[in-house]
This record gives sequence, structure tokens and C-alpha cells, in this order.
Amino acid sequence: MTTRIVELRRGILKKNDELAAGLRERYTAGGVLVLNLVSSPGTGKTAFLERTLRELRERGSKVAALVGDLETDNDARRLAASGAPVRQINTHGICHLDAEMISKHLDGWELADLDYLFIENVGNLVCPSSYDLGEKIRVALLSVTEGEDKPLKYPTLFNSADAAVITKMDIAEPCGFDRELALKNINEIRPGIRIFETSAKTGTGMEGWLGYLEEERVSRTR
Amino acid sequence: MHELSIVSSVVDTVQESLEKYPGARVVEVRLKVGALASVVVDSLEFCWGIATEGTALAGSRLVVLTVPVVMHCAHCDADVELDGVQSFRCPRCDEPCGDLRQGRELDIESFEIEEADEAETAAKREIGVKA
Repeated sequence: MTTRIVELRRGILKKNDELAAGLRERYTAGGVLVLNLVSSPGTGKTAFLERTLRELRERGSKVAALVGDLETDNDARRLAASGAPVRQINTHGICHLDAEMISKHLDGWELADLDYLFIENVGNLVCPSSYDLGEKIRVALLSVTEGEDKPLKYPTLFNSADAAVITKMDIAEPCGFDRELALKNINEIRPGIRIFETSAKTGTGMEGWLGYLEEERVSRTR
Repeated sequence: MHELSIVSSVVDTVQESLEKYPGARVVEVRLKVGALASVVVDSLEFCWGIATEGTALAGSRLVVLTVPVVMHCAHCDADVELDGVQSFRCPRCDEPCGDLRQGRELDIESFEIEEADEAETAAKREIGVKA
């Protein structure tokens, strides 16, 4: 018997990373800005996205969404009410979306006809951060009901995000939300990140968020 | 939560590479995991036995080398290692740093195999035993 050490030096998620790189090329070629929305269950990703889709459509933008959940197509039905094309991805127990799921669900969509594609990830602050979906912008969402230390508890996600959105600002006060502390914690984990304080219910902060999307679409898809 | 699927893809990758070493038995697999890789090392180890069962990796050891976060501090113009993942500030000058240089690794470094010797293999071939 002989023993031998075989050097591999290979990414464990190499297959996903390669697929994601292919997706990124397709998005760029199609001139569509792709965002991956990640948060805990109950943060209000769907409500925030409903409002985003509606307002972007009112401004004449062409938008679409893919929405991931373990089971049910409830979210896809809610989002489709905005009039945008929406597809549900049921992961059947898998705790995150991966590049292959995205690739399969894009079949038949002409990316060149879109300005924005939103991917609403499975509600989970851990696993989705390992999986690149080829997105240009990863958005970490946090609601005022969740506790200001969420970024410190889940640094892997917040550190990999390009933008942070605080949701449910309309109930910040009754929840005793410490705004300064939340902003400080987000900045501690991801210094200099763009932060949007929003309410899908009242529309607070949506103007700034939509302006950011427009800026990013113009600069990043070129 | 996704550690089983991570471990399963390690098993698949090693098995693919094993095609070059017929009859070999895997003794050890070494992974490199960054502090920001969002995987729990204990869970990887827990899943290892389950994922390797019935494969050429059954009974092998999983060794996980954890890698700290290294940021580039623009202020010090140097790569600096962070003590943890609770504050992304330069430990020297306390300025915030956003330029990550290391810490998201999730790699298979290497694996160790035991191979039957040439003579042994040849002898087995002669008597019609599959290596």
C-alpha cells in the first residue's frame, strides 16, 4: 500500500459559481439589472417587492421577478398582482436558491426586454449568502421588529450585501426601534453600504430606493 | 442548514477525481473554510459520515482548516487580519475597511488516498481479482 496526497484546490461550490458567471454574462448582455433580495422570514420582502414592482411599472420600467419559497405559490400570486411577469421557484425543503434553479426558471423570458429582474430568495439569513445567483446587487433586508443587532448576528450575509433595506419603518416607534444603533451595526459589518429606510405601507423611503435602482441600472448594465 | 449539500458536493468532487486512481481508498479530505463562508464546521463533520457512507470515502477523516478574515486597510495601505466578524475595522488604526481579501473560502484543498502497489495490482489482475 502507498499513500498519496492529491492536491485539488477547488471551490466546493465551483459548479454554482460557474453557472452564476454564465448568468451574469447573460444579464449584462441583456442590459437587465438583477437584484437578489435576502432576509429572514417575515421581514417583508414580498410587500417591499410588491411596492417596488408597482412603482417601477408606473414609471414605465419593464420588470420581472423570481420568487423562492420552500412551498406554495402565494408570494408569486401576490407579486403578479402588480402586472409584472412573476415565477415561483419551489425549493421543496432546500433553504436557498442556487444558480441552476434561476437558470431553469428563466427559460422563455427575453432578458433584453427587461430593465430589472428581482430575485426574492428563500427567507433565511444564512445559507443564501453562499450561493451566487449572478446578481449585480445583493440586498440584505431587516425589519424594525427584528432587533438592531441582526447584522452582528448574521455578519456573513450583511458583509456580502451591496445595499441594505430597513423595512416597516411606519411601526418603528411603537416597536422601540433604535434607528441609530441599527445603522451603526450595519456599518460596522459592511462599512459604507447604502442603507434605505422604507415602509411598503406608507411609501416612506421608496423614492430614494427607486432612484438608487435607476442609477445602478444606468451605470452597472453598461 | 445547507451543510449536507456542501458535504455532498465535496464527496462528488473527490469521487470524480478518484477515477484516475482506480481501487484507491480515501483516508482524509482537507477543506479550507473562511470565517465568512457561512458554514458551521461542526455540522460539516456531523454530515460527513452520512454523506460518505457507501462511497470510496467511507471511513475517511474530514479535516477543516479555518481561515480568518483579511481586509485591505486603505488607511494603513496593508492587508490586516481581523480577530472576528463583529467589526470590520482595521485592528491597527480602527478605520472601517470594506475591501475583503480573504475569508469567504469554501475549498477542497486536497485528499489523501491509499493505493494498492503496482505489483499488488498486477498480481490481482493475474488471478482475476478486480483492483
